[in-house]
Formats: sequence, C-alpha cells, structure tokens
Amino acid sequence: MQTLLFKYAFLVSILLTIVSCSNDDTQTVAQFTELVMQDEFDADGVPDNSIWTYNIGTDTNGWGNNELQYYTDRSDNVKVENGVLVITAKEESFNGSPYTSARLLTKGLFEQAYGRFEARIQLPYGQGIWPAFWLLGADKQEEWPQIGEIDIMEYRGQEPTKISGSVHGPGYSAAEAITKTYTLPNDRFDTGFHIFGIEWAPDYINFYVDNVLYNQITPGDVTGEWVFDQPFYILLNVAVGGSFVGSPNNETMFPQSMLVDYVRVYKNDNLN
Amino acid sequence: MKKEFFLNSKYPILLSLIVAVALSCERELSEEVEFATFPNNPEIFIDGFSGGLQYFPFAGSKFDAFDVDTEVKYSGTSSMRLDVPNFGDPGGAYAGAIFPDQTGRNLTGFDALTFWAKASQAGTINEIGLGNDFGENKYLVTKSNLRISTAWTKYIIPIPNPEKLTLEKGLFWYAEGPENENGYTIWIDELKYEQLGTIAQPRPAILNGKDEVRQGFLNDQTALSGLTQTFNMASGLNETVSAAPAYFDFNSSDVNVAQVSESGLVYILGTGTAKITASLGGILANGSLTLNVSGSFDFAPTPSRAESDVISIFSDAYDNVPVDFYNGFWEPFQTTESDDFSIDGDHILNYTNFNFVGNQFSNPTVDATSKPNFHVDIFIPGTIDPAVNLLITLKDFGADGADGGGDDEIQQIFFVSSDFVQGTWNSFDISITLTNKNRIGQIIYENINGSPLSNFYVDNIYFFNE
Repeated sequence: MQTLLFKYAFLVSILLTIVSCSNDDTQTVAQFTELVMQDEFDADGVPDNSIWTYNIGTDTNGWGNNELQYYTDRSDNVKVENGVLVITAKEESFNGSPYTSARLLTKGLFEQAYGRFEARIQLPYGQGIWPAFWLLGADKQEEWPQIGEIDIMEYRGQEPTKISGSVHGPGYSAAEAITKTYTLPNDRFDTGFHIFGIEWAPDYINFYVDNVLYNQITPGDVTGEWVFDQPFYILLNVAVGGSFVGSPNNETMFPQSMLVDYVRVYKNDNLN
Repeated sequence: MKKEFFLNSKYPILLSLIVAVALSCERELSEEVEFATFPNNPEIFIDGFSGGLQYFPFAGSKFDAFDVDTEVKYSGTSSMRLDVPNFGDPGGAYAGAIFPDQTGRNLTGFDALTFWAKASQAGTINEIGLGNDFGENKYLVTKSNLRISTAWTKYIIPIPNPEKLTLEKGLFWYAEGPENENGYTIWIDELKYEQLGTIAQPRPAILNGKDEVRQGFLNDQTALSGLTQTFNMASGLNETVSAAPAYFDFNSSDVNVAQVSESGLVYILGTGTAKITASLGGILANGSLTLNVSGSFDFAPTPSRAESDVISIFSDAYDNVPVDFYNGFWEPFQTTESDDFSIDGDHILNYTNFNFVGNQFSNPTVDATSKPNFHVDIFIPGTIDPAVNLLITLKDFGADGADGGGDDEIQQIFFVSSDFVQGTWNSFDISITLTNKNRIGQIIYENINGSPLSNFYVDNIYFFNE
C-alpha cells in the first residue's frame, strides 16, 4: 500500500511537470477574436502593397529622435522571405547616413480604432539597435503627440531580455510617456519568436507578451487627455541609434534583422 | 491522449526515470535512484563543498591560500576565502587551485558557471574557469583578466558548448598572483552551474578571428591558437572565453595537404594549399589558416665540427652557452621582429621587418681566444635584391667585461647581395681579427647603405677552432 501511494504521487508529479512545461500559444490574455486584418507574410518578395507603405529617408533630426539610419524600401532592407517579413539594419554609407534600415506602415491603407493588434516577432540584438511595433493616430488635423502613440513593443538591442510597452499623448510624451517594461524570464527576445500584443477598448489598453498580460493603462493612468478613441495605423521598423538606445559601438554586429512571422488585427467584439 | 504524450515527450530523461521506477516498482523509491540517473549536481560551493568535491592547489602556489570564511559571505553561513600572497611570500608565489569531482558530473543541462565574488581591493584575476582536472583538461574554459571589485557582484562564465560536458571532472579552477606585488583576499560564494537561458548569439573563433596565410613545410606541425567562444549576455555585453580545441570541429579543405587533430594540432602531409577552418556547436568559427606547402623545409647544413672545437651561440647541433637574448628589441630605432620557428626539432631564428638586431651573451662573455673563427648560416627567402648590404659586427666588451665603457672593440664583416645564393643556405666561416677576443659579448646584424633586406633566417651561430 505504501509503495503504491508513492508510485501514484510520482506519476502525478511528472504529469504536472509536463503540463507546466508545454508551450501553449493560446492567448488567454486576449478576448477579441474576430479577425479583420492579417498578413502572414507567406508570399516571398516585396510586402503586400495593399497593406504596407514605407517611410523613406531620415525625416528631420533622425525622425525626431537623432536616429542614425536612412530608411529605404530596397530589398536589402525589407523583404518577405521563407514566410517572414525581414527588416534589416545594415552598416553602409547611404545618402549621407551611416546605416540603412526600413520602416513599414499601414497609414491610409489600414487604420482602426480599438481591437487587438498582435505580431509574432524575433528581435535582433546589439548596442544601438532599436526595433519597434507601434501605432500612431491617423488624425490628419493634429500633430504628435496630440494624435497619440501606442508602442506595443519597443526594445533596446543592448537589453536582450526586456521590452517595453507605452502610450504617448498630450502632456505625457517622449520621456514622460506612460510605460512599463517586461523582462522575459530565463530567455531573451533575439533567440526565438514571441507574440507582442495589445487589446484596446474605449477605457483601457492591455499590453501582453506571449501569454503574459503585464500592463493595463486606463484613462486614469495618463497625465493628460486620453486620445485613444480614433483610428490608428501600424508601424514596424528597426532604428539604429537615437536618444532611446544610444549609438552602436564596436561590439554591435551588423547586419541585424527583425523577423515578423505575422501581424494580425482583431476588432473589439464588445463594440458593435 | 496518454499515448500521444509519451510519443511526443521532449523529456526522455524523465521518461527513463519512469521506466526505471516501473521496473523497480517492487522496491521503495529511494533517493539513490535519482542520484544514479542524474549525476548533474550543479552546486560547487554554497555553504561548503558539495558532495564529491576536492581541492588541489597548483604546484608553486600558496598551498594554504584557501579557507572557508564564516564571517564574510554573500548568503548562507559561509563563503570561500582565497588569500593571494604578497610578492616574495615563501609559501608560494600565487594562489591557484582546481576543484575537481573525480566521479565526474553531467553538466549538459547548464549554460554557465556562476558565482558571487568580492575582494579586499579591486583586482584582476589572471585566470578563472572550468575544465581543469589535472588530467587531459579536455574541455578547459578560461576567462582571463576577470575584473573584480570590493562589492559583491555576480559573475557569469559561459560554457562554450554544454553538449560536450557529459562527464566533467574539473568543476572550477583559478589562478591569481599579487596585484602590484601586494597580496589581497578574494571571497567567492554561491559557486554553481546554472541554466540561465540568456546566453546567446555564439560567435566562436580560431586564430582570434583572423584569416592567416602561412608558408607550410612538409612534416611540420603547428598548433592552432586563439581559440575562443563569444556570447552576448543578458547584460547586452559580449563575453569571450578561451575554449579548448575539443569544443571545436576542425576541417581541412585538402586532407592530402594538412589535417587537424582533435587537440588542434595541424599536421602538414603533402604539397599544395589547404585552408583550415573550424566550427563549434555547428556554427562556423571566425578565422582560418591557409597553408601553402611547396615542399620540405631546406635545413641549414648540419655542422660537422667536434663539440670540443666549438663555442655555440645558437645551434641544435651543440650545447649553447648562456645567451641573454637573440633579439634585444633595442628601442627606439629597432624595427626588427622575431618570428622564430622550429621544424622537426630544428630551431631557426627568423628576423622580420629587419633594420638591425643583436644577439647578446654577456653573462658570461665568450672567450674565443682558442677558437678564433666565427660561423653563421643565413638563408634569404624569395628573390635576393641586388641592393642587399648586410653588416655583421662582433663586439668584444674589453677589460670591464661590459658593453660600453670606452674599452670595447669591434670587428665589422660586410656582405653584399652577390655573397648570397638565392633559394639556399649560405654558410660563412670568418676569421676573427679582434686584438682581444676573450670577452666577446655581442653579434649585431644591420642593414647598411639603404639595403632592403627585410626577412631572413639564421642558424648555427658559433665560434670554432679549425
């Protein structure tokens, strides 16, 4: 009897171990299920031009952040290959900039208020590498930060275990953004794919990584006007240098690529 | 459902345990079952030595450098205290030891050796790592020049490829000498193996990542150096450790020309060109060695004079007298470097980037009174430029027996390009015309009159009696 009890207890403990070790992709952290836009990046070549357009060049003052790269739409910097979107930052002199990279956006092509915005991404690494998956308000009458910005994922290449999620708006932009950092336990973001998402409703924005809901921002959390009540468009980019990350150093390896397995957007089922 | 779980299980070790339990279900489950199945205890020193751990200091080190300290510790009840001796300590010149487990442990489940440490003053630990077992040291890992501070800090030494460590005995080792001749104390605590999961982006290298091209000679062998593994750490910083050859898989582009042993020794077997590359854990290492082999090395003629008729400065045929140096690296005007080599046990001096260079033997000087002739063999690789103009100077240090002092005497021997035959060794026997030749202390070689001589070999430098 004693022996039998031991044996059962042991088997149960093994089963428990297996269950807790399994990689369950189910997003219990998100509730909206009605898919309205998706790009699975299954067709090799250039990204789908019915969804994506590009920012080109350096804008003013390195996109306002002292970024060092020149954005292009060349296949050297952006392409779809083996089922993933590849955005590559390269070290090369180009039109007066020391690096090139790419920034894709859905401005004028896909814009939506509320819902669930999610992408599965493997990040690059190294000092001065600054990839992001983010949203900007589509309002053409207003300027940033009044239009609003939701950073679903921002990452510093020199902190390979951490990402942050933020909102920027009037009175809480740039260094005063409302933000939270998430640290991946016993793993890092540049060695495998991870799911980054938000679920956005009129009175909250939830931030999650994989199956971990790590932050919720509500109108009560922001130190200014809540501007997240209008359509936003999606951006995906890899910046090099700039005020958020600092410049690359001689230990930064180039090229560096961000791999995006998919981008999916769901509508807010709770709204009709 | 259950069947599927068994088929898809990623945990064969757990499965084997279940099988083991099932087979032994007549008996009580005991702790020994687990120990026999998993010799993978990650702990080395937490509050004392883990089971099976031993401590062996290096020969020449201070044998009592190690102690268990219950006063100073990072956590728990005690730490390891390492007392680095002062310069001149009769007990030993440095602190250093290995910490083996003679049973061996399976470390394949860990990606790093980690510990907390602090010191009584900021210092730089010369060498610290794992894989030193006073045996083959097959999987030696060395972190050189580890900076240590006076605050408790966690240090991480990444394992180049944990898959190799199925049975490792050398769990930890270190060697550290005085800092500016002063001893100090290092405390190490929570010393163990961990699976951090954040050690990534491996970039192995051989020859420190350089692509080298060398002339090779038949039957020669050369060791690959500069074997390292670099990881990007959770801190965002890159960490490089030296990794033993056994972590690498070596490849030769032409095995008829050169082959590499598991221990990283390159054997030259045939003529032609071979490129040596390596990989670690399936990742191609930076750096390569391209060997161009045109044939055997052309050795200088073996001297035939009797040992008793010779005072040898540099030769494998005779016992050499004490020599201060074959290249004094005289600053600031000397550019000459040494790239000396040996083939089949025959040592050859090779002067490169030559302008001038000296051999010195001042302690004692040489009395060549009864052996009043000078011999040297010189080989100039490649084409001999017509403008070559080489001066060899023999210097007798005079009555004071020291360089300088106004009593030195020199003999100058001039060579021009026509004195040398291309593609072969040139042997010179020169009679010494110095008035006094009983305190000869230097032989100086120099380019004169704009001579372009840059690279040459020298062998069999001696004084003799016909």
